[in-house]
Amino acid sequence: MNAGVRTRRLASGLLGRAAGGGSVLFVSASITFIALHIMPGDPVMAMLGGPTADPSPAAIAAARHEYGLDRPLAVQYGLYLWRLLHGDLGVSFSQHMRVAAVLREQAGPTIVLTLSALAASWIVALLSVLVTTRRNRWLDGAAASVETVGASLPHFWLGIVLLWVFAFRLQWLPPAGNSLAALILPTVSLAIPLGGFIGRVTRDSFAAALDQPFVLSARTRGLSDWQVRVLHVLRHAVLPGLGLSAWAVAALLGNAVVVETIFSRRGIGRQLFEAVSMQDMPLASGIVLFVTCLYVIASLLIEMLSALIDPRLQGARR
Amino acid sequence: MSQSLLAGRRWGDARQGRPAWLLPLVADPGAMLAACFLVWLVATAMAPALFTARDPIAIAPRAAFLPPDWAHPFGTDASGRDILARIIWGTRSSLLIGVLSTGLALGVAIVIGTFGALGGRLAERCVARLLEVLFSFPTLILSLLFAPSLGSGTRSLVLAVGIGSIAGYGRLVFGQMRSVREAGYVEAARVLGHPAWRTICVQIVPNAMRPLLVTATMGVGQTIVWASTLSFLGLGAPPPAAEWGTMLVMGRDYIAQAWWLTFFPGLFIVLTSLSTTVLGRALQRTLAAGGR
Repeated sequence: MNAGVRTRRLASGLLGRAAGGGSVLFVSASITFIALHIMPGDPVMAMLGGPTADPSPAAIAAARHEYGLDRPLAVQYGLYLWRLLHGDLGVSFSQHMRVAAVLREQAGPTIVLTLSALAASWIVALLSVLVTTRRNRWLDGAAASVETVGASLPHFWLGIVLLWVFAFRLQWLPPAGNSLAALILPTVSLAIPLGGFIGRVTRDSFAAALDQPFVLSARTRGLSDWQVRVLHVLRHAVLPGLGLSAWAVAALLGNAVVVETIFSRRGIGRQLFEAVSMQDMPLASGIVLFVTCLYVIASLLIEMLSALIDPRLQGARR
Repeated sequence: MSQSLLAGRRWGDARQGRPAWLLPLVADPGAMLAACFLVWLVATAMAPALFTARDPIAIAPRAAFLPPDWAHPFGTDASGRDILARIIWGTRSSLLIGVLSTGLALGVAIVIGTFGALGGRLAERCVARLLEVLFSFPTLILSLLFAPSLGSGTRSLVLAVGIGSIAGYGRLVFGQMRSVREAGYVEAARVLGHPAWRTICVQIVPNAMRPLLVTATMGVGQTIVWASTLSFLGLGAPPPAAEWGTMLVMGRDYIAQAWWLTFFPGLFIVLTSLSTTVLGRALQRTLAAGGR
């Protein structure tokens, strides 16, 4: 393949990705709009102080007009998309500040949490797979069972149990807050289920890769078992798990809602939950769009990483 | 040679003697245990009174917050109600939520998947894109967005979790349908002049369903986890009801003093989800071994 063809393919692939990412964002904006508009109750009332407040009809009408809620739904939808297109996420009702500002303030801790959980789950999964797969029947079976159990643990339960054991009983770690020590428990409660899941997927592909002829050829060249595992087999085995990692990032961001609530952490997960319960439509849709953006970026990065690991994927379109 | 042939025949006889789907259970103790637990759960859901004599609703303020002991193996809650009894009485609604929302998601997924795979090029592209987008949407966020508009209570929980899990099943059904569509027997049916609806109902859908059985088995456990997560966030059945997720919410406020309020209901959620996963994987292995 000459360089020109290769560049062209890469460019068209990137364009296709960008278009795909754009349509993902469009649909997620639309779903959010629909979801928040079929919600019962009047957002104007929520805005003016909740169900206990008694605003004057004039104030209600003014607020309704200010946020464009008096226009037909189709016009509201059009305006909403138009503003999004210009990067205007609007103003949050409940926080009384711009959604972009809320995101700037809250996104950092969630991204840190997501990345640390993703890294931790990959480390645990890879260690478990490298050390135990096909090493010994019992060890392999036991590690696979641990992974299965880990994968089926619900985050909120794990979070509560960890909170109780390590924060309340042993008092080793703070139960809440935003310090580095307070990052450990939320990370672990997100990483254990995901690590189990990635481990299960990787274990299967690792075992399949061990049966490949190149393993035998590497062994006949005198490589040690560890060298074969780390230098040759691992490269093949990580691909399925890597392919799922973009989805895993999205899932982690979703599960951050629960974990941030349990550990009273600052972040967009908890913020989203509050926005939905306060019917703060601009904030909720802003957060959902932001999460979708992160997913699109993550899947692009992971695709590039996969191509780096497996050169056969370069230029090939899905 | 003859011995191995004999062994093969004996094995074959054993297979004929028992229904094929039982085999993985006999061979795999983990799957057997999981199946037993699930059978027990179903029995509990159908007749909770058989498994506990205590009332799950009646309050006894003087017996509040008793830690686990012989009289109350899982302790008592803030109103002095026995946790074990509440778990047993809550089994029905928790299982029902899992089964119904899996069924709902699967039903919608089958409609979308069939339409996408058999409705022509445009439908195929639209459905592929839609599923990709929905799949990228975190389940929890999707359920969370729809949960308030559906109101609180068991029915809306089923709807919210069902909506959230459509994408996963949709992708599977869609992929299955697209591969079955090209199968020889579908072409044969077409050549024989069978009407399209008949080919779809008799050939395509049943053949595409088989792998879904596995996913649906695992899915029930997963949806129970999602539903209890939503309950935990306060979007579930209203408090007096004994449902696992609701029990967790009530325990959340007392986590520092009384761990058993949340630990045991959560443990049952974990066991249920684990059992369906283990059973599902055993089923998957049988289907794979059977050449499906």
